[in-house]
Amino acid sequence: MISYIIHRILYAIPISIGVTVFCFALVYMAPGDPLTRLLPDDASPEVVEMMKKAYGLDKPIPVQYLIWLGNALSGDLGTSIQTDRPVLNEVSKALVNTIILSAVSVVVAFSVAFVLGTVAAYYNGHAVDRLATGFSVLGVSIPNYWFGIVLIIIFSVQLRWLPATGMGPAGSDGFSLLSLDSLRHLVLPVITMALIPLGIIMRTTRSAVSEVLGQDFVQTLRAKGLNEWAVLNHAVRNALPGVMAVMGLQFGYLMGGSILVETIFTWPGTGSLLNQAILNRDIPVLQGTILVLALIFVATNLVVDLLQTAVDPRIKRT
Amino acid sequence: MPNDQVATSSAPDTAVPIVDVQGMSVKFVSREATVYAVNGVDFRLMPGEVLCVIGESGSGKSVSMRALMRLLPDKAQIAGKVHVSGRDVLSMTQSELTAMRGRDVSMIFQEPMTALDPVYTIGDQISETILRHEPVGRDVAMKRALDLLEFVRVPSAARRLKSYPFELSGGLRQRAMIAMALSCSPKLLLADEPTTALDATVQIQVLILLRKLQKEMGMGMIFVTHDLSVAAQVADKVAVMYAGQIVEMGHVRDVLRNPQHPYTQGMLASTVHGQDRNKDIPAIPGSPPDMRLRVAGCSFAPRCPHASESCHTSEPPRVALGADRYARCILPDPSRGPNIMPQKVSA
Repeated sequence: MISYIIHRILYAIPISIGVTVFCFALVYMAPGDPLTRLLPDDASPEVVEMMKKAYGLDKPIPVQYLIWLGNALSGDLGTSIQTDRPVLNEVSKALVNTIILSAVSVVVAFSVAFVLGTVAAYYNGHAVDRLATGFSVLGVSIPNYWFGIVLIIIFSVQLRWLPATGMGPAGSDGFSLLSLDSLRHLVLPVITMALIPLGIIMRTTRSAVSEVLGQDFVQTLRAKGLNEWAVLNHAVRNALPGVMAVMGLQFGYLMGGSILVETIFTWPGTGSLLNQAILNRDIPVLQGTILVLALIFVATNLVVDLLQTAVDPRIKRT
Repeated sequence: MPNDQVATSSAPDTAVPIVDVQGMSVKFVSREATVYAVNGVDFRLMPGEVLCVIGESGSGKSVSMRALMRLLPDKAQIAGKVHVSGRDVLSMTQSELTAMRGRDVSMIFQEPMTALDPVYTIGDQISETILRHEPVGRDVAMKRALDLLEFVRVPSAARRLKSYPFELSGGLRQRAMIAMALSCSPKLLLADEPTTALDATVQIQVLILLRKLQKEMGMGMIFVTHDLSVAAQVADKVAVMYAGQIVEMGHVRDVLRNPQHPYTQGMLASTVHGQDRNKDIPAIPGSPPDMRLRVAGCSFAPRCPHASESCHTSEPPRVALGADRYARCILPDPSRGPNIMPQKVSA
């Protein structure tokens, strides 16, 4: 088992290097020049040269990459062009907020979807199944930015039940999962975020569990005298590895794909940070954020892989 | 159908039969079609007896076995009298059923490769059955599981206890399956072609083991097979099924040596037993009937070399041929030897 874990971690290294190359190259693939945003239009060529030197943009691209990578490895992701603050600080602060939002959304989506999917699979073809399946199609099909705005209109503007934006009066610093007011701020963004993964995971669970229920050994379980609840437990345990892989991917997507939702709810996470960085051409922030998110994606997959191995004995452990 | 001439009148047994089935029928009803899988089956099994049910694929033998413990999908409708160890299976509630399954009646399946849960260890799966039916702790159940594996002669049982099904060979998996089925000392063991999917050498080992365990434990056993040599080795009684009916039933020697139903005769004639290589093996012409249609008359008549007019129009009666022996045919005559049926008989 330990050698398997080491194996998987070693595999993640080349993937991570690829990620860094891509993040770095992103800047050069995107149109526009970061300096144009900082300098006035009539800046003299000397000033432009000076700025280029200051940000290290005058060196050959591979050298720039190695310098950037070296700094990144030592925890220095550069300085934000916009705010002049270290990128690492900006990103890590935003990251915590995004993780709060994503993790809660993920837990909500996964638990609801898993129960719904299992019930739908058990009552395959019955009304319950059609209802649950219809619900999941709805979840996947509704654009979440539209859904978020509708939620705000209903619950914040009309009914005035829940706050529409932000993380609370004290911002992210005053946020705590134990405070009721903070949780009230979480409700709408979490529902919005959870919608798509809920639909996808429900479909996956439904097909995985119903496939297991069609297998021969289920008859053996019934022949042993197990009741339907115990049979379903076996089915879920069998379906879990496949569902977990999809769950992990969805968590990764939530981490990286929350730009729209965070912008709608002005949630100060990585999505908002990316949004601002794009608008301001704040390349160091952009690179740093994408790098961190991509590495988290890689790490999530690694964790899912290892969890799958723990749950399904058939996956090779060596 | 149920009240034909009853063949078992001469049996003076006062013991309660472990299985008593009269006029059992099973149909699968779906929107597209209704399949009449079993059409009026009657048999009895005394404690400690082994009944072999022989028949080709689709003859209703597996469905009949599953009907004994109502292990069929919801669309299956079972009718008739189905009593197992004196209790009416068809009127049982769901919880009575699950309490019976695995404790009074156990089943072994054909495919050891797929009949075990792939993500649980062998030990977990065996002890699960014990824990379900008996008020014992996990440790006791595990210990029993180990004893059971040794009982069915699994080598290095302690290690296998912690193995997953995919780590075992087919023969070992089937032994584990048998250990699981025997874990609560059932009164009746249903074996649905338990050796079909195994290698020939392993087949014989498993057969011998099953027969031995059955004798040791004094269980009743119903053994489904399409292999006549298997039947000859393990059975006390044989029931030959065709198109959802038992067409011939009796003691194994009588049926295999002196078959009375034309289907049994045809089946025996088409087996390989050291005859001349250059001679073709006689096969029964035609193919089994479409089970979605209900035929008037004998279901074997279209393929029967001796069929008369009446065979096509009215169902043949159950003709008693001595104690515990009958055939569903107008022709049988116990005084005649095998395969000397008259060409035509006027009804």
